[in-house]
Amino acid sequence: MTSKQPQPQPQPQPSSGPDLSPSADPLLDDTRGRVARAAAYTAKLLLRDKGGMIGLTLFLIVVFAAVFAPYIAPHHPLQQDLTRSRQPPAWHDAGSWEYPLGTDSLGRDMFSRIVYGTRVSLTVGFLGVTIAMSIGLVLGLVAGFFGGRVDNAIMGGANLFLAVPYLLIVVVVAAVVGRSLINVVLIFGITDAPLFVRITRGEVLRIRNSGYVESAVSIGAGKGRILFDHILPNLVGPLITVATFEMSAMIFYEAGLGFLGLSVPPNIPSWGNMLSAGRQYLATTPWVATYPGFAIMFTALGMNLFGDWLRDVLDPRLRRKGR
Amino acid sequence: MSILEVKDLAVEFNTIEGVVHAVNGVSFSLESRETLGIVGESGSGKSVSMMSLLRLIPEPPGRLRSGTAWFESATGRVDLLALSRAKRSAVRGRDIGFVFQDPMSSLNPLMTVGDQIAESMRVHLKLDDKAARKRTVELLDRVGIPAADERYGNYPHQFSGGMRQRVMIAIAIACGPKLLIADEPTTALDVTVQAQILDLVKSLRDELGLAVIWISHDLGVVAGLADRVIVMYGGMVAESAPVDALYETPRHPYTEGLLQALPRVDQDRGEELRSIEGTPPDLYAAPAACPFAPRCSYAFDRCRREVPPRFTIGDGHESACFFDLEQRRPRSE
Amino acid sequence: MQRYLLSRAVQSVLLLFGVIVLVFFLVRLTGDPARLMAPREASAEDIAEIRALMGFDRPLPVQFAEFFTGAIRGDFGNSVHYRAPAMGMVLDRLPATVELALTALLFAVVVGVPLGVVGGSNPGSIWDSIARGLGLVGQTVPNFWIAMIFILVFSVNLGWFPSFGRGHWNSIVLPAVSLGLFPLGQIVRLMRSAVLEIRGEDYIRTAYSKGISDRRIYVAHVFRNAAIPLVSMLGVQFGYLLGGSIYIETIFSWPGLGRMIAESVAARDFPLVQAVAVFTSLVVVAMNLLTDVAYALIDPRIRYDK
Repeated sequence: MTSKQPQPQPQPQPSSGPDLSPSADPLLDDTRGRVARAAAYTAKLLLRDKGGMIGLTLFLIVVFAAVFAPYIAPHHPLQQDLTRSRQPPAWHDAGSWEYPLGTDSLGRDMFSRIVYGTRVSLTVGFLGVTIAMSIGLVLGLVAGFFGGRVDNAIMGGANLFLAVPYLLIVVVVAAVVGRSLINVVLIFGITDAPLFVRITRGEVLRIRNSGYVESAVSIGAGKGRILFDHILPNLVGPLITVATFEMSAMIFYEAGLGFLGLSVPPNIPSWGNMLSAGRQYLATTPWVATYPGFAIMFTALGMNLFGDWLRDVLDPRLRRKGR
Repeated sequence: MSILEVKDLAVEFNTIEGVVHAVNGVSFSLESRETLGIVGESGSGKSVSMMSLLRLIPEPPGRLRSGTAWFESATGRVDLLALSRAKRSAVRGRDIGFVFQDPMSSLNPLMTVGDQIAESMRVHLKLDDKAARKRTVELLDRVGIPAADERYGNYPHQFSGGMRQRVMIAIAIACGPKLLIADEPTTALDVTVQAQILDLVKSLRDELGLAVIWISHDLGVVAGLADRVIVMYGGMVAESAPVDALYETPRHPYTEGLLQALPRVDQDRGEELRSIEGTPPDLYAAPAACPFAPRCSYAFDRCRREVPPRFTIGDGHESACFFDLEQRRPRSE
Repeated sequence: MQRYLLSRAVQSVLLLFGVIVLVFFLVRLTGDPARLMAPREASAEDIAEIRALMGFDRPLPVQFAEFFTGAIRGDFGNSVHYRAPAMGMVLDRLPATVELALTALLFAVVVGVPLGVVGGSNPGSIWDSIARGLGLVGQTVPNFWIAMIFILVFSVNLGWFPSFGRGHWNSIVLPAVSLGLFPLGQIVRLMRSAVLEIRGEDYIRTAYSKGISDRRIYVAHVFRNAAIPLVSMLGVQFGYLLGGSIYIETIFSWPGLGRMIAESVAARDFPLVQAVAVFTSLVVVAMNLLTDVAYALIDPRIRYDK
């Protein structure tokens, strides 16, 4: 990613020339143009790369399902009908298209539950990553900018979290604080923050030690300028790429927690809860556990493919070398 | 008897943006014990041509479009470009030694310097470990690395740039090849070290009777080393001449421009440095005219319509140009 | 190199102290762990009794001091449910988890490394596609889910492998493959991209110019250089293996630490939870340190750093 040098103020000129009215900020105008061109180029790259396109499509399908769940799902996810319980998917003899993927032990429609499950997963993933990234960004910037003891303290804490098996912390905390969506989101957000701290801090240090910051400082750019012109644009790429992968990971973790009975309360349809319930009756009603798992895979696949494409696009080194 | 005769070498690269015609019909010959300098700017095709002789260019995306390269190997006269993989491996290292530009990246960081030198000897000369080690230490000593015996077990990162290049040279001559191809070996080194390496190569060349192909963009270096020089531009040979003739009486406008662009000690202080106008040629287009025409102050309409063949001017002096620089008018045929 | 390793060792010890502190506070996050340990219907007196029994009513610094000094000695008190020393129980279960983790890792390495190397050496070939596909599969398949699918297919339907316990010689197959799928994917991807990158390096070109055999180039040059990131990654996988064992051991009723974590957490058996948490972290930290040592030994640039 190239960064522009801060430009010197334009001198007033008599006749034609750039628009020098006080409201026209040359930096901002060019930034808009750059963003527009970058967006167009990115779109073109995406269309060329099948993997990325497939990934994005899968992901959008999941988002669509989450947003329009009430219209897509044939039944309410919590509606029980004990007379129809344990029905196999539609293509079996005992199944029917009214319950396309069968029903669970309480007679709830699996298809509807899976569709509604996208909401939990996406919420956990998106909010969790947002929290983690926000915390990570702030702490990483602080650590990188101030250095010294502040840096040591922050990185010490981050390394501690990164050294201990993630799952261990998550499981213990989830057991301690109890089941709720907020708790899950917070747990993921906080425990995943160290990764973002490390990335942000690394980037800040790299840019601080690089040549063009010295040049920027030498022509009078202040810390704020450096932050916005140089550091943040360079952070966008790695952070977004990692965020995509971490979001996928969080969907996994939510499912895992649900599987252990530590995620959202059982009345909320989450894929993890379904897997946990499905495990009990694995031999007799395998579809209860199987299809939510496919849903998880589907989502993870989409996000991973898209994340891979993002990483290739946003990493200028890889782009130059080709693959 | 020529040790190497290359005819009509053409190499292209298939990239996403199109086909790059990197080398378009290069021909030259090299006598035994002769030193040939190949001069040209970046993108002129000088490195690609030499590396493709031993198929060291990754194919894909590279592709050898045409050419023959008759070479006097230890097992007879062979066409390098038509060799099977096994035979090619035999020629590499044993008959032809290569020295690359960047010695830091050209050496395996995880292998001792001694092992990297001994490697080819174990394969080609079938030496056992003891003999290989002994000869390696001799080689290290010969290329000017002090305390050679201890240095055998050192790793590349423990050497300076100049020393690493000496190691590369040792690797190249380890099996006693007849031909040494050096691709800008001193470009990455500072000037004083450059001089030392040049001296080393000269003394090795004389002692071992090597034929040398020295690729460089530095006219000065080539002048002090080569017997004959080839100037390349746009993937083609622009001019080919004995070294003195080239520098004193260049017959190709590009060579003339290059020589004029050299800052000279006897130049007037206030005089502006001369450069060649224009930009390097677009190699995506298949050659259909003289590649230098757009930048040439002598160009006329024929230059833009036809690819100029090589005209013989004097003794071993050829120029691929429709304009007669001596007579200052288009050539009459 | 000595200085580097010494500093890493010191870091590891500090890390371990940090872990002990972390575990201490995690368990007491809600402020009243006694309430969590008590059954739903427990009265206030019952809870107070538990509190006194567990020592939660003492001032925090006192609790911490006792916990810390005990932890260093390996004494975490007795498990509430098993009424036996917590650490002893942990050590009893350790071998089973080690067996599972190492088998899973072995599976991942034995399948993943050759596949990744072949894929990276032949970009665009069928092997490359298989390698990339497997890499993707490893990343996107939840291990607890695939474990259940394996049980369904190979245990229930085909009857080839047992679905629980550690009794038979082949009991370990399904658990190890389920657990090892993710590392397999990571290893394949890593080797593939490492080999791809190394093949483009200048020193490989030098190796070719020497006329040595393809096989030798692969073994002595490509693979040797690819081993470095591989060693790094193997160390990282330990954290995943121990965490993932929580699921796998639960599903397969494998008598190891993972299952103990799940059970003790579910039962709110905090002494046991603490013991398992600290010990597991110790193992991970130790493996990371070992990895760094191996790394320093393999890479001469670190070994001979002035």
